[in-house]
Amino acid sequence: MKKFINKVDDILVESLSGFATAHADLVALNLNPNFLTRKNKARNKVAIISGGGSGHEPLHAGYIGVGMLDAACPGHVFTSPTPDQMLEAATAVHADKGILFIVKNYAGDVMNFEMAAEMLPFENATVLTSDDCAVINSTYTTGRRGVAGTVIVEKCVGSLAEAGADLTACKTLGDKVNIRTASIGVALTSCTVPAAGRPTFDLSEADLEMGVGIHGEPGRRREALREADAIVADCVEAILADFKTKNISTVQSEALLLVNGFGATPLMELYLLYNTAAQLFTQHGICITRSLVGNYTTALDMAGASITLCLLDDEIKQHWDSPVHTPALRWKM
Amino acid sequence: MKTEFILDAALAIQRTILANEHTLESLDREIGDGDHYINMKRGASTVVEMQAELASLSPEAALNKIGLKLLSTIGGASGPLLASFFMSMSKSLKAHGDDSPTKIAAAFASGVQAIIQRGKANLGEKTMLDVLIPVAAQFESLAALGHDAKFIANALTKTAEAGMRSTKDLIATKGRAAGLGERAIGHIDPGAKSCQLMIEAVSQLI
Repeated sequence: MKKFINKVDDILVESLSGFATAHADLVALNLNPNFLTRKNKARNKVAIISGGGSGHEPLHAGYIGVGMLDAACPGHVFTSPTPDQMLEAATAVHADKGILFIVKNYAGDVMNFEMAAEMLPFENATVLTSDDCAVINSTYTTGRRGVAGTVIVEKCVGSLAEAGADLTACKTLGDKVNIRTASIGVALTSCTVPAAGRPTFDLSEADLEMGVGIHGEPGRRREALREADAIVADCVEAILADFKTKNISTVQSEALLLVNGFGATPLMELYLLYNTAAQLFTQHGICITRSLVGNYTTALDMAGASITLCLLDDEIKQHWDSPVHTPALRWKM
Repeated sequence: MKTEFILDAALAIQRTILANEHTLESLDREIGDGDHYINMKRGASTVVEMQAELASLSPEAALNKIGLKLLSTIGGASGPLLASFFMSMSKSLKAHGDDSPTKIAAAFASGVQAIIQRGKANLGEKTMLDVLIPVAAQFESLAALGHDAKFIANALTKTAEAGMRSTKDLIATKGRAAGLGERAIGHIDPGAKSCQLMIEAVSQLI
């Protein structure tokens, strides 16, 4: 393992401290329990709180600020935060209109947020994100994972909350964006959890993992590495098939295309992927009118990328376009 | 049951987790995300560090305190699941007492029931429940038949082992490995393995 580390056990706190110092104009950090909030507490709005294991930066703390989150709770690397973090974060940012948790659909995250929600003395609701179409949904499994599409949910719900909407409206929009979003990830390498010291799995130079999540866990299948266009074509097909399964028509739809890097893939390659993905979706009658390309939901030092398509309607478009000012996403303000 | 036994059990659990670092880590690398050992070590060490504050408590108060502490230290899925186990076990002991194998078996079973509810999982899903459910059932039936603690402990160790091995041929339908589909077949579930190790370690104290 070759990483910038002082002591393995100190990575999280040192990284959080650096983040809070670098963005001191936007965020404030609380340690023990660990959570981050906006520097200036918002008033009279639904407070939006997200969180999850660390190692996905800038998710979630990078999205704290006007137009997005009120607070984020970081867990240990790839490990869900604990209920005491959510309870204290909620107490700090509660602004009289209830708390909305945005939670990626992983067993650990769901259970910890669920226990926090049960103990919370405020009105609250939860949006579970499950945009990963690599996991076939079934009543028998934990179900689809929440991956890069979570950023789109956080942006849109954050915008609606900023406009003063109530808890039910925020929850409804979050669920809608989630159902209209599909993602699939491809890994070229695994990643190294600092405390483990070696890659989570081995992947030869000749292979890729199709359908990975964001934790360096193996994907649905291992395949031979091919040229990028062929890989993107498989991803596009999986996403289109997913909307078909969900009975959501994609023809003549306007869409947001997000090409997300997992941490060790250069932007140059991400734009190459975007180029092909945009062409293929266009050929399928989808009109890509919004885009986002970069490292928005990472998996430590994994090489690879995910492709996310979000089908827009007027409401989603309005809330995607609205002003936002966070460490990782900023426009119109 | 005495609080002293809970403290000894915590030490035995920490020993077995530390001794099986390689096994737990490689199992989780195969079908999980590689952090199971780290989380279990953090949990076990935290409980051992609580020895002084637990010593003066009643068994049910100690178990409840352990549950709350695990809830805020382990994280992941193991945190709420193990916390629910200890908190529910504590409630059962408080309500029914702790002076017979039958009552301890009932408390253990109520702990397992809490895991089933919190995890919305059941037998055959390639999780820790493939160890815990058969162990709880056998614990209750052997205690009801009047067997002594030593006999029960030996039997539970074997059942835990069989339950752990049974996860090898299963497709995971709960937990991190659920994304793998048939690729999970042939691998033992790391959570089932750590539960089996803990049951074995505690049984050896009896």
